[in-house]
Amino acid sequence: MADAAVTSPAGAPTRARYGSMSRDRRWALRWSYFFLILFAIFFLTPPIYMFITSLKTSQEISAEINPWWVFNPTLNNYITLLTQNIFLKFFLNSAIVAVCTVTITMCISVIAAFSLARMKFWGSATLATGVFLTYLVPETLLFIPLFKMFAWVNETLGIQLMNNWWTLIILYPTLTVPFCTWIMIGYFASIPKELDEAALIDGATWIQTLTKIFIPVALPGIIAATIFCFTVSWAQFLYPLAFTTSTSELVLPVGIITTLIKGDVFNWGQIMTGALLGAAPPLIIYAFLMDYYIAGLTAGATKG
Amino acid sequence: MADITVRSASIGSPDSRSSLHKLMQRKSTIAFLMALPLILLITVLVAYPAGYAVYLAMLNKSMTKFVWFKNFDFLFTRDTFWMVVYQSCLFAITAVIFKALIGFIVAHFVHNIPSKGQRKWRGMLLVPWVIPPAMSTLAWLWLFDPSYSAFNWLLQPFGLGPIPWLGETGWARFSVILVNVWVGAPFFMIMYLAALKSVPEQLYEAAAIDGATWWQRIWYVTLPMMRNIIAITALFSTIVTFANFDIVRVLTKGDPLNTTHLFGTWAFRLGIESNDIPLGSAVSLFMVPILAVAAVFILRDITKRGSEV
Repeated sequence: MADAAVTSPAGAPTRARYGSMSRDRRWALRWSYFFLILFAIFFLTPPIYMFITSLKTSQEISAEINPWWVFNPTLNNYITLLTQNIFLKFFLNSAIVAVCTVTITMCISVIAAFSLARMKFWGSATLATGVFLTYLVPETLLFIPLFKMFAWVNETLGIQLMNNWWTLIILYPTLTVPFCTWIMIGYFASIPKELDEAALIDGATWIQTLTKIFIPVALPGIIAATIFCFTVSWAQFLYPLAFTTSTSELVLPVGIITTLIKGDVFNWGQIMTGALLGAAPPLIIYAFLMDYYIAGLTAGATKG
Repeated sequence: MADITVRSASIGSPDSRSSLHKLMQRKSTIAFLMALPLILLITVLVAYPAGYAVYLAMLNKSMTKFVWFKNFDFLFTRDTFWMVVYQSCLFAITAVIFKALIGFIVAHFVHNIPSKGQRKWRGMLLVPWVIPPAMSTLAWLWLFDPSYSAFNWLLQPFGLGPIPWLGETGWARFSVILVNVWVGAPFFMIMYLAALKSVPEQLYEAAAIDGATWWQRIWYVTLPMMRNIIAITALFSTIVTFANFDIVRVLTKGDPLNTTHLFGTWAFRLGIESNDIPLGSAVSLFMVPILAVAAVFILRDITKRGSEV
């Protein structure tokens, strides 16, 4: 009753306002698209320029012509790189390191997250916080002591950890395990308790509860963590730069930077091709699994 | 129906109490064993090296004598050290502010357009974050090339002389920050977009009915609702930006004249390339205070939210 009394006299002016609001909205939309295009240009210029350069010959790169256009496109850079054994070796090293890191990380972190989220033991809450703190410790703080520790291992145990690509498999989990454990704890904690209680009552062991209930239910989280893991180990730059030197032991990012940049002679066509090929695996994964990728990104801060 | 299940469960429990007790006892042991690989990894490869760094920083150059704080005293007398401190702070603060601003603005624009197209735009705008930073920085290095810079080619018709993107201290600092903003802004955009989606539409409708301008809507509705995410993303990013290595290493290697070095890159130069492990270790330890402050804030936020839930 009171409602009707209020709305009816105000009816006419509201409609006028409504019209202006929708016009505002249209303009807001136009401006949004305008600025989004500007930002997209800013964000996509380097990768596109990478692609443009990768299609050029050295003559065209050093010629005084429009650098933003390819006049004589050629695939020579791709052919040269992909037929070079050393480049394929970088690729292989990177791939093996990334796959092993992902496997090790997921084994350690899924099992540990399950025990921290559900089983609880003395000090498990502190450990969960500790895991998170480890995630905040950057690799720039750790590479020097690790360098010295490896020298010590070589002296006392006779195992040469320096200058071996497989050393990276030992090192990369330090970057991936804390974050993966952290987001898996978040995912596992969001699974209703009734589910595993039901399994326990049915006589399932803890391992069965994990493999038959938790892993299937938290699969989206596991995929997100796997993608994170892969991208981190593929992109890592400091550890391989510090711990590997021989050409045959390098992984892709370091390999491209140290072997293709020779002194002052920059073969930019090949460098850009290499960079593009190095960026391809994460980009392909991202293109196909974008939603999981984004879920993993936002989970770190919004969950837990 | 529910009655029956409850009764049968309550009947079942007294019989199996002793075995349940044993199970509980065993449970914590199993749990500990399951977390053991994680504990080992963290202690051996993170906690121990972090502590070892402190010890290393107190040795002399040939690592034969314990010299207490001599390395730090030495650092304090060097101009390069203070320049690195200045540049690290300038780099981290400026980059985080611009990343947050650009992320916020872009997230708003993406949120504004019809939801059908949002996925496409979001996918496109996140590309800088997906490419390994070392690889994308190579593209920037080529764009900034002293003789073939594609940016300078674009500026030429406007009579703007060739800009020494990486050759002059001021421009080199600008370039390094620009690349970092380029890499990091999409992450902020994604976080803010997720936060924007969680703000109830009714609040905006209520604000619009009350006659709020767009500025007031952002200031009184959006920002307070997103405060948590903004804070935590900025803190995360501060840590990562402060500890940055890839971008500076590939782009300038600290040149010209060490003016673009950050703690990480300078520690690498001293510790690995100049073979002075204690000094490099001492330099890298200067990242700890900032990291610790950020970590405390993040942890406080997390425990607070934990107790709210």
